[in-house]
Parts: sequence; C-alpha cells; structure tokens
Amino acid sequence: MTDRPSASVYGTYGGSAASTPLMGGSEEPLIFSLSSPGRRAFQLPSTGVPDLAPDDNNVELPALPEVSERDLVGHYTRLTHRQYSVDLGFYPLGSCTMKYNPKAFDEVAEMPLLKDVHPLISAQFSQGWMEIMWTLDRALCAITGMSAFTLQPPAGAAGELTGLLVAGAYHRSLGEHRTVVLVPESAHGTNPASATLAGYRTVTVATDSDGCVDMASLESSLSEDVAAIMLTNPNTIGIFEKDVVEICRLLHEAGALAYYDGANLNAIMGITTPGKMGFDIVHLNTHKTFATPHGGGGPGAGPVGVRAGLEQYLPGPRPVLNEDGTCQWKMPDHSIGRVHSYNGNAMVLIRAFAYILSNGSDGLKKVSQTALLNANWLLKALSGTYEVPYGSSCMHEFVLSASTFKRRYGVKAQDIAKMLLDRGFHPPTVSFPLVVDEALMIEPTETESLQTLQAFTSAMVEIASEIEATKGASAKAAPERTPVGRIDEAQAARHPIVTAVPRT
Amino acid sequence: MSTYIPHTEDEISVMLSDLCCKSLDDLYAAVPSEILLEEGFDLPMGISEADVVKRIRELAAANSYGGYAGTGIDHSLVCFAGGGAYDHYVPPVVSSLASRSEFVTSYTPYQSEVSQGVLQALFEYQTMVSRLSGLPIANASLYDGASSLYEAVNMAISYTGRHDVWISCGVNPRWRSVLETLVSGRDIRVHPIKLRGASTDWDAVLSSPDLSPPAAIVVAYPNYFGALENDMERVKGLAVNLGALLIVAFDPISIGMLPTPGHYGADIAVAEGQSLGIGLSFGGPYLGLLSCREEYMRIIPGRVIGESVDGNAKRAYTMTLRTREQDIRRERATSNVCTNQTLMAITATIYLSWLGPAGLKEVSRRCYSGAHYLQGLLCAIDGVEPLYDEPFFNELVLRLPISSEALLTRLADDGFIGGIALDDEYVQECISSSQDMSITSDSGHPTGANLLIAVTEKRTIQEIESYASSFEKAIR
Repeated sequence: MTDRPSASVYGTYGGSAASTPLMGGSEEPLIFSLSSPGRRAFQLPSTGVPDLAPDDNNVELPALPEVSERDLVGHYTRLTHRQYSVDLGFYPLGSCTMKYNPKAFDEVAEMPLLKDVHPLISAQFSQGWMEIMWTLDRALCAITGMSAFTLQPPAGAAGELTGLLVAGAYHRSLGEHRTVVLVPESAHGTNPASATLAGYRTVTVATDSDGCVDMASLESSLSEDVAAIMLTNPNTIGIFEKDVVEICRLLHEAGALAYYDGANLNAIMGITTPGKMGFDIVHLNTHKTFATPHGGGGPGAGPVGVRAGLEQYLPGPRPVLNEDGTCQWKMPDHSIGRVHSYNGNAMVLIRAFAYILSNGSDGLKKVSQTALLNANWLLKALSGTYEVPYGSSCMHEFVLSASTFKRRYGVKAQDIAKMLLDRGFHPPTVSFPLVVDEALMIEPTETESLQTLQAFTSAMVEIASEIEATKGASAKAAPERTPVGRIDEAQAARHPIVTAVPRT
Repeated sequence: MSTYIPHTEDEISVMLSDLCCKSLDDLYAAVPSEILLEEGFDLPMGISEADVVKRIRELAAANSYGGYAGTGIDHSLVCFAGGGAYDHYVPPVVSSLASRSEFVTSYTPYQSEVSQGVLQALFEYQTMVSRLSGLPIANASLYDGASSLYEAVNMAISYTGRHDVWISCGVNPRWRSVLETLVSGRDIRVHPIKLRGASTDWDAVLSSPDLSPPAAIVVAYPNYFGALENDMERVKGLAVNLGALLIVAFDPISIGMLPTPGHYGADIAVAEGQSLGIGLSFGGPYLGLLSCREEYMRIIPGRVIGESVDGNAKRAYTMTLRTREQDIRRERATSNVCTNQTLMAITATIYLSWLGPAGLKEVSRRCYSGAHYLQGLLCAIDGVEPLYDEPFFNELVLRLPISSEALLTRLADDGFIGGIALDDEYVQECISSSQDMSITSDSGHPTGANLLIAVTEKRTIQEIESYASSFEKAIR
C-alpha cells in the first residue's frame, strides 16, 4: 500500500449508500397482486361530452391492476427503495459516465411551453424549440469540431446506425459500394451490431500491447472495400489512441471514413475534438457527456455530427436559422431520410442544452480535466492492490483485471462487484472490454469528491484483503446486504418467465 | 460557471501532487500536441443555473402562438392534432412517481441485486404490454412506435430468411419513412400496399404476380387515418397463406373498446406508447411497445426482464436472454439496441396501474365519443365531408372546401391546433381512387384540402363546439 496517494488526510469518507439495509429486504408483491376487483384510482376531467360509444361491444378488457391511488404510490415508492441510483451514491460504471444530474434542469424539462408542444405543430408556433435545437446543433459542432448535426437519433446505438448510413450514402454518391467496417477489439458491442444492420461486414482490428489499435493489423485490414472505421477515443480501456491522426489519415487514403463513437467524449472537451483528430462522423450520448439522466436505461439521445461536405446526407428535416432570425425545417439535399418519427428525444436534448449553457466553454473543459484527475487518482490508489493490464496513467476511465484473484482463488470480477454492493457502492462495469481478462472498468466522473474516491478505495482494498484472508470463500457469498441475494441467471435464461402468470 | 464539481483548489493541488503532476494539463500528456485546441472552443462562458432556466424560459415563450407571446399566458394552443402523438390527460400521481430520482438517475440494471426496483417495474410493464396486445410475451421497451416497427420487421426477416416486407399505407407515414431509412443499407424491399377507401387493398397486391413472398405483412388498427379497417378478420389467413409474420400496429388506448392484435392473430404487435401517461414533448422521448408470440422469444430485440430466484429461493428479477444482445453477440446480433426507454416504460406502467381496466374503457369511450361528436358538428358544415366510410376510433380525415393550411391558420387565430394537413400527393399515394370516392381535382375540392383531426378525453364539449364554430367561420 506504500504507493497509495496521501490525500486521505482531507475530510471524511463519503459517497457510499449507507442506506443499503433500508433498501428493503422483504419482497414487494407485483402490482397485480395488490389488485381488488372494482377498486380504482383513476378520475378523469369532466368534459360534458355525451357518450356516443356503442353500448356493449363484447370486448374483453385487459387484466390491468385495480388499485387505489394510495396503494399505487406505496408500491412504486417501495420499489424505488430497492433501487440504487446516482442520487444515492457512487456509480462508477465504466463507459457509462454516471455523473450527477443537476436538478435545475428538471425544472427546464417541466416547462409547459416545451413539454406540451405537439411535434407536428407548424414551424410558426414552435420557433422556440427550433431555435433551441439550432443553437444546440451549433454548440455540439463547437464541442466536436464537426460542421452539422442531426438531433433525431434517440440513443447512441441509433446514432451509430445513422452515421453508418450517412457513410454509405457518401460512398454511393461516388459510385462506390464498400462492404466492410473496421472495429477494434475493444469496441462496444453496439459498433459491430450497428455495422451489420447498416449492411456491412465487420472486420476486427487487433489491440497492441499498449491497449491501442494495432497499426500493423489496421494496415493489413485496409482495402478498397473498407467503408469506415468505428473508433472510441479515448478507447474503452481509458487510453488515448496515440496514433489516431495516422489512423484517420490511413483510412482517408484508402477512401474510407473515420467514425467517432462519442461514448468517451467526457475525457476531451475543450482539450481536443474529434474533428482535430481527423474524424468525419461523430455520435454523442447526451446521457453520458451532458448529464441527462439515464432513467434506468433510457431515454437517451444520440445526436450525429458530420464534417463539412457530408451535411447533405444527414437525416432530416433539420431546423436551420434563416437570415431574418427565424428558423425553418429543411431536408438536406441528399438526405438518407428520417431516423425518428419526429424531432428526436427533445425533452432529453433540452437538458443537454441546459447543461452546455450552464457549463460553457470554461466549465466543459473543467469537467473533462476533473474527470481525468479523478480517474488517474483512483487508478493510482488502486494499482498497488489490483492488476493494471494497460498503462500507468489513463484518461477518464481505466480498467483493472481480477485475473490474479481468479487464478488463485477462483474469484471473478463479478464476485468483486457483488462484494462492492455489500459495501454500499455500485460496482464498475465488469467483463468488458473483452480484451481484458476479468475486467473491472472504472469511470468515477468529475462530480465525485475526493472523499468518495477515498471511501471507494478503502472498500476495494478491504475486498482484496478479504479475498486473500478467506481464500475467496467470502466472495462467493456476496452480496448479503442487498434486497435480494445473487440471482440464478442461468435458470432465468433456460426457462424464461417474462410476464406475470395470469390471475385465476 | 456551474458548480457541479465538488473539488476545492486545495484538493486539486493535493491530488495533482499525488500524481506527480504540476498542472491539470499534465494529465493530457497522451494527447498529441498537434491536435490540442489552442484557444478552447467557440462557445460562450458558463452561466448560473438560474440564468440558464431564465434563458430557456425566454426561448420557450416563442413556442406559443404569437398572440400569446408576451401576454404572460403560459399555455399551448388547444390541441386537436394527432398523427401518432396525442394530448391525453396525465394525472399528477404518474409524474410524481415517475420522477422519483431512483428511477430517473439509475442506469441499465446490470447489477440486479440493487436494481430490483427498475427490474420489477419493467417486469410489470412487460406483463401489461402483453395483456394490452393479447400476446404472451413483450420486451422491456424500444425508442418509439417507429423503432418497434423496425425491430419487428427485423425479427420477421431473421425468422423467415426473406427480404420483402408488405406494409399497409394505413401505417403512420413517419414510421414507414424511418423503416425505409433504417433498412436502406441492406437488401430489404419495403412494398407499400395502397388502401381502397381506408382499408388495405390486399386483393390488389395478391393479384400482382411479380412480388416475392414477404417476411412480414404490416397493418395498422386503427390506422393513420383513424379508420378501423374492414378486412382485419381476413388478414391473418393471408399471412398464413404467404408464410409471412403478421405485424399489427395498434393504439393501446383503443384497447378499452377494440379487439387486441392478438385477437386478429398478430405474430408481433407494435405500438406508440406516448398515449400512456407521456406528454407530447415535441416528439420525444416516447415509448415503443413490442410484444409477440412465444416462439419468437429468442429473437426478440432489446432488453427482456425475467423472473428468477436468488440463493435463498426468494423471487427476484434480472435481465435475461442476454446472449441475444449486441454486447455479447456483437456483429451477429439481430438488434443494436442498448439504451432503451426504461423511464418511459415505468411511466406507462404507473399510468396503466392508475387507469385499470375500467379507466382504460372510460378513456377509450371518451376519445371515441369526442371524435364522433365533433364529426357530427363538422360534417353538417356545407362542403365538409369525411374522406372514407369506414368506422373510426378517435381520429378522422375530412375533405374541405378550402385548403387545410388556410384553415389551420384561422383556427390558430382562435387558439386551436386544428389538426394535421395531409397533402393530396400523400393521400393519392396511399389511397386508390375509385368511382365513388374521388380525390382528384375534379371532385370540387381545392388542392391540399385534407385534414386529420384527433380528439382525446381531455377535450371538453365547450372546446369541441368552439372549435367547430371557428371551423365553420373559417370556411364561410
């Protein structure tokens, strides 16, 4: 432990959910079991409209719950007591950027003149929305070094598919039909999945001993069939791709495009841009970088930006600013078409807009700098105790390996995750990226205090000692202080039960 | 600048010194110097959150009709527009519960033991979607109706190995556009099937010899024009004969009065869930419902929540059938969905629990009644007539003696979003002309004279009557 940082003299530890035992050890029945025939919570506004519907149309009504409003509130409130969240404590899921979500932006998302606006209202009555979207488009261009954005994609993966379709349209305009997308070994699973759905074959590029794209592997994969490379930078190991400029140059030389997966943009704002690196197409995840809440797994928003020359292929219509200061909807000349029924996840985008206004150019740079500071501090704090497969410093996240514990005691990364749950912390991402055996991928984000990092460090060190002391026995028993114990996932998959048994 | 970063200057110094760094810039040693931003980026400096809220409030003011701007009236126009997004009543209890921060600020439930809240709510959601659609299984949500349609088509393609899709022109045109865009990189052909009246003209397509058998046939009930198609009882037999999967797009609110997709033999049901407690939101986030027959369990897209037990045999929920998903199957995955719309799914679950079967029936009947009451008033106006003869649910299309754009402007002056203008080109693309229902220029109607109008349970008799009289005034 001698190389652990000394900053522990400051303050008290914090950031863990000490309320874990309060999260509810007893079962909460399904809402359907709280049902009593004829009981109701609903009351509708009076309208005075006569009932013109046919009297009895023999339709059997679905078996929805019949509960009182009080029972409804009790049930879902109790469920929230069985749920970890960023508001409750530290949530260092790597590549997910679980930063604090400012409450002021909840107020923005509740403004009636934003949330009650019908998406098909004529532009005359939605000028506010259109100006917001146009301004957000400009801001995202500044942040990424791109030239134009579409705000339509409703999530990052939808953005990937959109970006690849744009690449396809570009190549078709040159009379080319390219069939291959290059994806590094360390890439998110959505990259190859999106490539397949865009009609491409994926070729995997190897990772070198530094955790970066293996240049020899890249060069041997290049051909006139290659449409694009999809690259996350910093990559999912938390390392900046040192050859990124050369990678983009080689791709361009081969007539291919460079696609930037913006999952890790939180590392580089105000420092560099995907545009500077040489990328042509970018998708962002507003729920990562711009603090829009993750909502238990969505909604997100996945805006896609392109460099000058590719704007005409973007989905549309897009809001654009006229010379007289008004905005209009415009379909780009060679648009790939719509990728969303309306204007994208507007109420998510508005929060991202608020976040960008609030931070500004100075604040966003500070966000990235602090994200790096926290990640590097934590990496150093843990590196004496856990194996670090790549590098001694990192960008905004880093990956540890539990392979030594696995070899010695059969303890896996997932076991360490469960031991963290007992200590009141949400665990890091486990078993990803695939290039690291028993990976623990840690992204503290900039909104966590030094004291929280210290508390997490203590928990991780304690876990390592406990594994040694019990020769791994205690790891298999964890978690014990959570609402339910470890779940039999194999059984769930073998005999899937995905809806409640109908009432008799 | 915002203050969401907790570090004091002191702490930053200590942490930097722990890392043997002189300044924060040292943390970026790995970034090649030639790509560093010299002057930062072209954005204004940060402002306080109160100033942000004020600035956005000012921008939002431009969203109301000009007559309201600056008058301090903080509401939108009274909405008679639908087209896949409806102004239903959202009770306060739904917003209150769904905005609890444990639901709002958690992530995808990778760690089941501390995610039972979200997991159980999603399991309840899947159950409700299954019961609404009359199909045994459902996933844990997709982005919106259009993405559910796209994913359902992918399921059918993957199940049948075929590359053609027949889609009724009664399906929401924006969903169809999204579908066409998203499959455009692959060898998949989407064939729109025209309507006769407002019902899909299956006979026309069956008599065209050059079409390959489809992976799926897709029909909407009610359809985009609000109509309840005539041939629904027949469509399953058609799909079976063709060896195709039947995909039915439905409106969950209509299930208080109408048969389910399951009743009509759907293999997969898809729907826009915005009607279930989610605001209009300028188009998103909405909610994609997808349910299907059990045999498609292993090709269903996105997250699926399953019931299991923990080590003490205590009931517990977890994400299941994970090997279908992109993070494991990668390029062999049949869907790239990662983030879905969990919070909207939870919102819908709470809304449906509040509503119950009796409430669903009541909302459904009120939507139907309002639309029919309005139709009675409007069709009494000289020169206004329905576009089709089929029965409808809560949305209808009228032919007008003036252009719909002109009418909408006049209605807006009186405080209404009057509906959605359907241009002739679109209507002619969707509906085959016939002797008894001509939409050509010799019908006596000016061009662009089709209006799609929706009524929800929120519209009062005063609003409906006042809308009708504005309507009449504008036409006269």
